[in-house]
Amino acid sequence: MRCGGGGPAWAMFPDEVWEQVFSFLGSDADRNAAFVTIVLVPRLGRRAERRSRRRVFVGNCYAVAPAAAVARFPEARAAAVKGKPHFADFNLVPGDWGGGADAWVAAMAEGWPLLEELRLKRMVVSDDCLEALARAFKNLRVLALTSCDGFSTAGLAAIAAHCRNLRELDLQENMIEENCSHWLSHFPESFTSLVNLNIACLEGEVNVSVLERLVSRCPNLKTLGLNQAFPLDKLNILLRRAPQLIDLGTGRFDAEYYPELFHKLESAFSGCKSLRGLSGIWEAVPAHLPALYSICEGLTSLNLSYATIQSPDLIKLVSQCKNLQKLWVMDFIEDAGLAVVASSCKLLQELRVFPSDPYGEVAQPPVSLTERGLIAVSTGCPMLHSVLYFCRQMTNSALITVAHNRPNLIRFRLCILEPHTPDYLTFQPLDAGFSAIVESCRDLCRLSLSGLLTDRVFKSIGAYADCLEMLSVAFAGDSDAGLHYILSGCKSLKKLEIRDCPFGAKPLLANAAKLETMRSLWMSSCAVTLGACRLLAQKMPQLNVEVIDERGGRPSWELRPNDCPVEKLFVYRTLAGRRADKPPCVWIV
Amino acid sequence: MKGATCYKNDLENLRATELTLRPPGIDVEEVIRSASIATKCKKRALSEKKETDENEQATEPVAKAQIVGWPPIRAYRMNSFRSRKSLVVDDNNGGIYVKVSMDGVPYLRKIDLKIYEGYEELWRALEDMFKCSSLVPVNYDEPKYAITYEDKDGDWMLVGDVPWEMFISSCKRMRIMKGCEARGQSSSA
Repeated sequence: MRCGGGGPAWAMFPDEVWEQVFSFLGSDADRNAAFVTIVLVPRLGRRAERRSRRRVFVGNCYAVAPAAAVARFPEARAAAVKGKPHFADFNLVPGDWGGGADAWVAAMAEGWPLLEELRLKRMVVSDDCLEALARAFKNLRVLALTSCDGFSTAGLAAIAAHCRNLRELDLQENMIEENCSHWLSHFPESFTSLVNLNIACLEGEVNVSVLERLVSRCPNLKTLGLNQAFPLDKLNILLRRAPQLIDLGTGRFDAEYYPELFHKLESAFSGCKSLRGLSGIWEAVPAHLPALYSICEGLTSLNLSYATIQSPDLIKLVSQCKNLQKLWVMDFIEDAGLAVVASSCKLLQELRVFPSDPYGEVAQPPVSLTERGLIAVSTGCPMLHSVLYFCRQMTNSALITVAHNRPNLIRFRLCILEPHTPDYLTFQPLDAGFSAIVESCRDLCRLSLSGLLTDRVFKSIGAYADCLEMLSVAFAGDSDAGLHYILSGCKSLKKLEIRDCPFGAKPLLANAAKLETMRSLWMSSCAVTLGACRLLAQKMPQLNVEVIDERGGRPSWELRPNDCPVEKLFVYRTLAGRRADKPPCVWIV
Repeated sequence: MKGATCYKNDLENLRATELTLRPPGIDVEEVIRSASIATKCKKRALSEKKETDENEQATEPVAKAQIVGWPPIRAYRMNSFRSRKSLVVDDNNGGIYVKVSMDGVPYLRKIDLKIYEGYEELWRALEDMFKCSSLVPVNYDEPKYAITYEDKDGDWMLVGDVPWEMFISSCKRMRIMKGCEARGQSSSA
C-alpha cells in the first residue's frame, strides 16, 4: 500500500503504519532528555492522545510529507527533524543530495503557528527559511541547528531581530556563511530572555561589547558557547557578567601569558560557582589551565576535544574533576592519562577519545594511546555506558575484558584508524572481541565496528544484539552472509550504515520486509548492482530505493544494465512516495 | 552495452571523482597502504561479476591517507584539526583553510589553499568541486562566474591579480559570484 502524493490519503492508513514512522527512539531520548518520542498503538483511546501530542520527532525528513505530519499532530509545540544520512558527516553524501528544510518550515508555519521549539539536524536551511520561521513562530523559544548548512549570519540576524521570546539559540557544528558580522546586534535592547546561546561553530569575530551587553541583560543565561575567535583576555569580562552560568564554552585558550591576565581569569572562574560544563578551550596554552582548577570539582561535563594540550597537563586538570560524568578528550591524554581518569572520575558515564593525528602525518612518534587506556577506564569507571574511542591497535583480549567489566554499555564505538587491522598480538580478526561485547552488553543500542572482521562477528551481532538500533560497519566481512546475519537478526535495528564491505544486495532481497521496520539503510562501495535495486524497489513499494552516482556524463539510470554497480545506495521507508526534490546524482528506482 | 564496459573495475576512477578536498587528478603518493584493502573488496565484489584478469591487473594501490570519509571524523572537526596541526607541529605543513561559497549553491565547501601550486590548479579544483566548467578565465570569452576573495583588510578582491603566495597569505574566504554581478561591482561582497 502506497501513499501517492500529498493529500488526505494518509489519513486512511491504520495506526500501525504510523507506528513504524514515529517510533520510540530510546537513544535520542537519552541525548535530548526533553524529548519524548511518539509511539502510536492501534488501541482505543490512543487516537485522543495523538491529537494532544506536544512533541514530534521525525527521524527522516523524507519518511512523511510535512503537511501530513503537521496535520497528524495538531497540538504539537516542539518538533525535531533530521535530514541527511549520518555518513554525510564524513563527506560521503553529495552536497546537493537533499534534506532541505523549506518545505518543513512552510508546513509548520501553516499548521503549528504556536510552535515553541524547533530542532533540525543535517538539513539544508536557507536564510529565507530562517526569516520565514522567525516571522511565523511568535512563540519560538528554542532553535537548535546541528550539522546544517545553507544559511548565513544574515539569516541569524533575522532570528535575533524577530524572535522576541527566544530562550535558546543552539548552533552546533554548522557550516555558516559569515556575511553579517553584526548579527548579534539585531537582538533588541528589550530582549532579555536568553537562556542558552551557543555560537561555537562561527569562525568570525563577534563584537565583544555587543555580546557583553547581551549577556548582561539576560539574567537567566545558563549556557554560553563562545567561538574560537573569542579572545582569552576578554573572557573574564563575560564571566563577571554571567557568574550564574552552568555551561561554558570558552573561546581560544591561548594568549601570551602574563600574571595579570591569569589572575583575572582565575578570579572570574572562581566566581562561577554553578559551572557544571566546560568546553571550547581551543589551542590551550598550559600556563593558563590552572585558572580552571577552582571549578574542576563541580564539573560534570568536560570537552577538551579541541585542546591541544599534552598528557601531563591534561592529567593535572582531569584528576581534579572528581564528579565528571562526561569527558571528551584528544588522544594526547594517552594510556597514562586514562589510568588517572579511571582512578579519579568514578562517576564517569561517557568517554570520547579523538585522534590528534588521524592520517598519521605527524613526523614525531605517535601518541601512546592503546587498548590499555580503554581497559583502564572500563575497569575503573563502573558507570561508564558510552564509549567512542579512536586508536591504532586493539586486541580481542582487551575487548573481552571491556565486555566483562562493563555489561552496562549502551553505546560502543571503536575506530581503529587503519582499516583491516587485526589483533596486534595474535593477528586474528577481532571477531571474538566484538562478539563478547554484544553477548555481554545486552542493552547495547549503538555499535560501530572496525579492524579486521569476518562474517563471524555479524553472526554474533545478529544473534545477540537485541536492543541494537544503530550499527556502523566499514571494511569488514567476507560475503553476503555477513549482511544476512544482521538483517535476519537484530530485532531493534533502525539504522544500518555500511561502507567498503563485500556485501551484495541478495541479503536485502532476502530480508526485504526487515527494511520496512528500519528507518534507513546506507551502503556505499559495496557490491550492490542496479538489478538488485530494481528488484527491491519492485518488491517493496513503501521503500524509497535511492541510487547515487556523482559522476557526470553517464547514461541515465533507466538505460543502465542490471549488472551495473551501484556505488552508493540509500534505502528508507516512507509514506510520502518519491521525493520531488531529488538532485541529478540521485535516482529513485 | 556490455556489463564489463559499464563497470570498469577500477576503483581509482571512482575515487578520482568522489568529492574530496584534494586537487583533481590522481596524485598517487608513496603508498604505505597494503593492496589488500583495495583488492580484498574488489576481489569479492568481482567474483560476482566474473571480471577478467586484465582488469585485475589494473589494480593499483591507492594513496593511504586519501580514503574519503575515513577515519570517520566529522568534517567540522577535521577542519579544525588541520588548521590546528600547524600549531602542534612546527613544520611547513599548516593548512590554510578557507570557506568557499558559490552563488546559487546552498552548501559551502572548505579548501586548503596550501595544497595547490597556483591559480590554475585552484580554478580546476573549484570547477571540479562545484561541478561547473566555466571558472577558468578565458580572455576572449565573457566569464560566467568570477572568483573573489576577502582579504585581510576585509575587502573583496578578484582572484588572480596578486602573486600566488601573496594571495594565499591574505585570503580569508572565497566567493564564486555570477559574472554579471561581478562585473557590476568591483569589490563589494
